[in-house]
Amino acid sequence: MAGQALLSARGLTRDFRGFRAVDGVDLDVAPDSVHALVGPNGAGKTTLFNLLTGFLPPSGGRIELDGRDITGLAPEQVARLGVARSFQITSLFPQLSAREHVELALQSPSGLGWRFWRSAKLMRRYTDRAAELLDMVGLADLAEAPAEALAYGRKRALELAIALALDPKVLLLDEPTAGMGLEDVDRTVDLIGRVRQGRTVVMVEHNMSVVGRLADTVTVLQAGKVLVEGPYEQVRADERVITAYLGAADAAH
Amino acid sequence: MTSTVDTKADASRPAVPSGLVTVARAPGWIRYALLAVALLVALWLPNGLYPAVAVDILCWALFAVAVDLLLGFTGLMSFGHAAFWGASAYVTGLVAIHAGLPFPAAVLAGALAAAVLAVPIGYLAVKRTGIYFAMVTLAFAQMVYYVANEWRSVTQGENGLQGVPRELFGLDLSDDYYFYYAILPIVLLGLAGAWRIVHSPFGRVLVGIRDNPARARALGYPVHRYKLTVLVLSGFIAGLGGGLFAVGHRFVSLEVLHWTTSGKAVIVVVLGGIGTLWGGVLGAAIVVRLEDWLSFSGFEAIGLVTGGIFVLVVLLFRRGIWGTASALALRWWASRRR
Repeated sequence: MAGQALLSARGLTRDFRGFRAVDGVDLDVAPDSVHALVGPNGAGKTTLFNLLTGFLPPSGGRIELDGRDITGLAPEQVARLGVARSFQITSLFPQLSAREHVELALQSPSGLGWRFWRSAKLMRRYTDRAAELLDMVGLADLAEAPAEALAYGRKRALELAIALALDPKVLLLDEPTAGMGLEDVDRTVDLIGRVRQGRTVVMVEHNMSVVGRLADTVTVLQAGKVLVEGPYEQVRADERVITAYLGAADAAH
Repeated sequence: MTSTVDTKADASRPAVPSGLVTVARAPGWIRYALLAVALLVALWLPNGLYPAVAVDILCWALFAVAVDLLLGFTGLMSFGHAAFWGASAYVTGLVAIHAGLPFPAAVLAGALAAAVLAVPIGYLAVKRTGIYFAMVTLAFAQMVYYVANEWRSVTQGENGLQGVPRELFGLDLSDDYYFYYAILPIVLLGLAGAWRIVHSPFGRVLVGIRDNPARARALGYPVHRYKLTVLVLSGFIAGLGGGLFAVGHRFVSLEVLHWTTSGKAVIVVVLGGIGTLWGGVLGAAIVVRLEDWLSFSGFEAIGLVTGGIFVLVVLLFRRGIWGTASALALRWWASRRR
């Protein structure tokens, strides 16, 4: 099983001061699939994301990318091996323009970023590719706007553009449609549907219609553990999943 | 209709000046005109001020620009930059006294020593951010201060290094007026180097790291190594200033390593404008000139005045003099073009 997975986790665990946020999670993400992580708040989805991308070191367990052990690597090392992520809370460089964001991402795999003695005009070699990517996410006419001036949905689109600029093997999207209006949700679903071609996508998503439209496989987490895993239709009908969500809803009210 | 641009932030307004250097967004001819004026002022300076004061301004300009590379363009507040300025002053002084090299070679040796010193300091400091980074750099600077104080056989302790020569191929540079012109090219090279760093691909990464380090890491940039590199570069430029300061005064005292020297450098940058590069040069000119004037008029509590000005700037003009002026100029420019 692990041999076929592009990204896999075995017994992945993370403790926070005696609280086990992720508890022995086994995960296998098949190549060229869209794999959704769902679950009630506090189920450990974002923590799992942070473990998979190196933003948190695991307390136990093992992570493999394409058969290579990446457990405990720093975020920038994981990124360089081809795992790009977006953040749940939009995370951009407020004062750089949309184009500069994408250029910075495109520059990352090269050594150009170290050239403190060269002109920044060298980054113009990325301008054409940046324009393509911005066009792809619908930001072509906002390329020169500083990120802080973009509307929320556009910021999310820019997040996606810079993740794509890294040309990742695995794209991890943390709630790509969170806080979006219906129109932006549709646009984002279309976009993910397009960029998934030839790529592997892992996404945390609360919006079940988005999950249903995109995901090949759904993993339901509860209290840091895998509750159910399988195709969307099967998971949605699962008794335990319904109970978990209703239980969480009861607890919240 | 979905709005594409936030109503609160208008995309067409000039960007906040703490971004990339604002003047870079001004039209080209304005930038060249400003550069020409600055060069003319630099050439005229020792005719309008005491040459010794003009020399100090040049040295502090380098120091301020070095601090701004970290504070303004990487978002790291170093409160221990006296370590680089002072270590270079001592090494420059020792090399000049004992090796009899021309002073630019001694200054280069001092600046390289400062850059080397930045490696262990940076190695431990760059993993910290904010106030913790400031504290770690301060702690290291204090260590360097005490080493210099105790290592009397080399540094002469509280007596300081006396008689640092201004050797340059037998030229008579004993007059500060001529010495000013001898160091001006070195200072301009140092400033040009800082400008190049800010406007390089590396400089872009630094601004990214300053604005959002987590995002920079997610893009694959090794943030710690970038911070260490810029700290070494900054240490080198601060070292150039400190070395020239030692030769300029012909004397190195422990004060060059004192924490108040680090504090003054930060004040100079904040006054001139964080993240503006040239604001630091302006801040250096103002603070050095003001301190000279105050001490000349017999005023004792110089720190009270500079500290008071610092508080006023922080409260009223957070962008500093250069940042405030360029923001106003850009706004005027934008309104004219509409």
